[in-house]
Amino acid sequence: MKSTMRIKRFDPENDVKPSFRDYDVECDPNDRVLDALNQVKWFQDGTLTYRRSCAHGICGSDAMRINGRNRLACQVLMKEVGKKVTIEPLLGYEVIKDLIIDMDKFFDAYKSVKPYLIANDPPASHERLQSPADRDRFDDTTKCILCAACTTACPITWTNDQFVGPAAIVNAHRFIFDSRDQGSGERLQILNQQSGVWRCRTIFNCTDACPRDIEVTKAIEEVKRALLVEAL
Amino acid sequence: MAIHKFDAVIVGAGGAGLMAAIQMAGKANVAVVSKLYPPRSHTGAAQGGIGAALGNTEEDHWEWHMFDTVKGGDYIVDQDAAEILAREAIDSVIELEHMGLPFNRTPEGKIDQRRFGGHTRNYGEGPVKRACFAADRTGHMIIQTLYQQGIKNNVQFFDEHFLLDVIFADNGECCGCVTWEIKTGEIHVLHAKAVLIATGGFGRVFRITSNAMAGTGDGVAIPYRRGIPVMDMEFYQFHPTGLYRLGILLSEAARGEGGILRNGNGEAFAERYAPTLKDLAPRDMVSRFIFQEVKEGRGVDGKDYVHLDLTHLDPAVIDAKLPDVTDFARTYLGVEPKSQPVPIQPTAHYAMGGLPTDVDARVIRDEQGTVIPGFYSAGESACVSVHGANRLGTNSLVDLVVFGRRAGRHMLDFVNREDFPELPRNPDALARAELESVLSNRGSESAAEVRARMQDIMMDNVSVVRDEDGLIAARDEIQSLKRTYQHVSVRDPGKVFNTDLMETLELGYMLDCAESIVEGALARQESRGAHYRSDFEKRDDVNWLAHTMVSKTSGGLQIRKKPVKITVFEPKERTY
Repeated sequence: MKSTMRIKRFDPENDVKPSFRDYDVECDPNDRVLDALNQVKWFQDGTLTYRRSCAHGICGSDAMRINGRNRLACQVLMKEVGKKVTIEPLLGYEVIKDLIIDMDKFFDAYKSVKPYLIANDPPASHERLQSPADRDRFDDTTKCILCAACTTACPITWTNDQFVGPAAIVNAHRFIFDSRDQGSGERLQILNQQSGVWRCRTIFNCTDACPRDIEVTKAIEEVKRALLVEAL
Repeated sequence: MAIHKFDAVIVGAGGAGLMAAIQMAGKANVAVVSKLYPPRSHTGAAQGGIGAALGNTEEDHWEWHMFDTVKGGDYIVDQDAAEILAREAIDSVIELEHMGLPFNRTPEGKIDQRRFGGHTRNYGEGPVKRACFAADRTGHMIIQTLYQQGIKNNVQFFDEHFLLDVIFADNGECCGCVTWEIKTGEIHVLHAKAVLIATGGFGRVFRITSNAMAGTGDGVAIPYRRGIPVMDMEFYQFHPTGLYRLGILLSEAARGEGGILRNGNGEAFAERYAPTLKDLAPRDMVSRFIFQEVKEGRGVDGKDYVHLDLTHLDPAVIDAKLPDVTDFARTYLGVEPKSQPVPIQPTAHYAMGGLPTDVDARVIRDEQGTVIPGFYSAGESACVSVHGANRLGTNSLVDLVVFGRRAGRHMLDFVNREDFPELPRNPDALARAELESVLSNRGSESAAEVRARMQDIMMDNVSVVRDEDGLIAARDEIQSLKRTYQHVSVRDPGKVFNTDLMETLELGYMLDCAESIVEGALARQESRGAHYRSDFEKRDDVNWLAHTMVSKTSGGLQIRKKPVKITVFEPKERTY
């Protein structure tokens, strides 16, 4: 099939502001959008710049706006997006070049919620026990690949750069609801602040954007509820 | 140019690199360099499990794991290293659990385990449940857990820094590395007492691969260019079940849970070749079974693929234990694995070869095992050798946690003992020369076309089945492509995020990896593990019970043999 890729370009060394450029590609309907981008980069315009690595939705490198929705370019097939595809960088963070955004703030927010197991005195010679039900309790939020699709889909993060954003909350949730963790108090305190979960207005953009089908909004609601229970 | 000073620099932020970094964090000044963000590393794509003889669901012993590893590697595994792998797998997995890794659990709350190819009870009697797993996202959980621990322990990360060179002093010791900051184009010199190469594999030298686009062998090619040997490069694993045409991995766990391979006639053909383990025979064998079926006209619709049949599995098991891989089949092939067979073909998956190391991850420069002071490698970039001629499923994750950990511990001791080596006067000279040479090429050749030609010849002539004529043709083509590479022009002139330049440099690295793979494959006139020569169909223990070491010398490529360490298990015929 023939497709026109309408790509938002920005070269920080030459451009004052971004502009769109069109590229025609001949591709198989089952090609990924990433394949089409590669085709442009490799055979038409070597300056086109984007992140990518695993090419099958696991590493989280190639989140971008595809026809207005945050998706992974390696997870969307050309036949799904049609003959005209508009590709833009994720919203809410500074654009470094073309489809590359500055991820520093995203990772800073992630790090701020203590995204690691806090547990003292594990048994020395064997694993901690955890029932399958306790393990299931936080299964959904273990799937996060830190692609930033959710956080950059959230209108609150677009306007409030203090908000930690959905991805950080998802990763806090992953530990708050892990029966082995003893750091929930610290994390909940962080998320109870100005920058925390109460900024969320339950818009559900994050859930729609997640390429791993994590119920992001539900996770945020569960953290809010945990805070309310703690307050009582 | 910026100059930094660290006790140790770790290049690569996958499982091996992070595991090493965590050992040293807080006890030495350590930096981790990655051309990606750490959680994007390819460890995260590992699916099925990490092998360890915990015996949580049935009897198991590390000695059985060691035996399976040696036999799986077709007896060219160094058995002292295999013993360490199998023994230390157990507390490495426990350590991962203590770090927070969310393993699946048994009803009693222990780490759950399942079957995997080539892992057996009582020295080959039948399959054993040894693979500890977190659904089919075990690698994802490992990379996330280790990154989390890196953050917790304040490890200093140099994200999106691309490796240009490893610096060696005149006396041969390693004294740091040179990186190129992708975001700014700036050159950094990282002066260090020790450098660990943990950059993973180079599956991208082949057309059909499960490897990430970042898998270009940077950390292997650079020392090779500096005269350091690479070992056993001819042993390259093709995983039997890649999604047709895409090569995306469909975990062996699918067969561990009961999936069956079927040819175009619907026949479950694996039992014809491996009556005991059937579909769970080791990967090199199953890939050859598929190759043979296709060759004899029993591919599906006469094409070059077969089916993986999961339709008889309980749909609840598929959802609980194989959610991601079945999603890949739906997303990329439009196939519903609960009701339809999945088209699969062998896919380039794992390099058993790499930088030769001792059991403490120290890189060695010759067949006597002479250590290069301060230079380490662990994980897929290294060859200890624990995988020999064919790696067993789950053992890559075992390798990177066990030997990443040993690397970190040994480096910690080393940097606390040693002073900083002196940097050469122009530590970045070679790196700058390389960059300038690539940037000044004004030819009409494109990196993409050279890369595609390399991937084609490697796939067609150097994959599951090889012979002398094909290998000589491949050697000629790779040398011709290396000349063409001198005329590839970089089309992006910018400094900021120049991924055109990055891909061109990566192609240069891959051509060197390809060269050494072909050289090893030509030299090894026998069939062993993943290296199958149709002109030498038998294993030859008289002449080839040895590792190959390929190195660049002023007189061209040199190939030498290194003896295999045999401690317990005498080589036997390998049947399953």
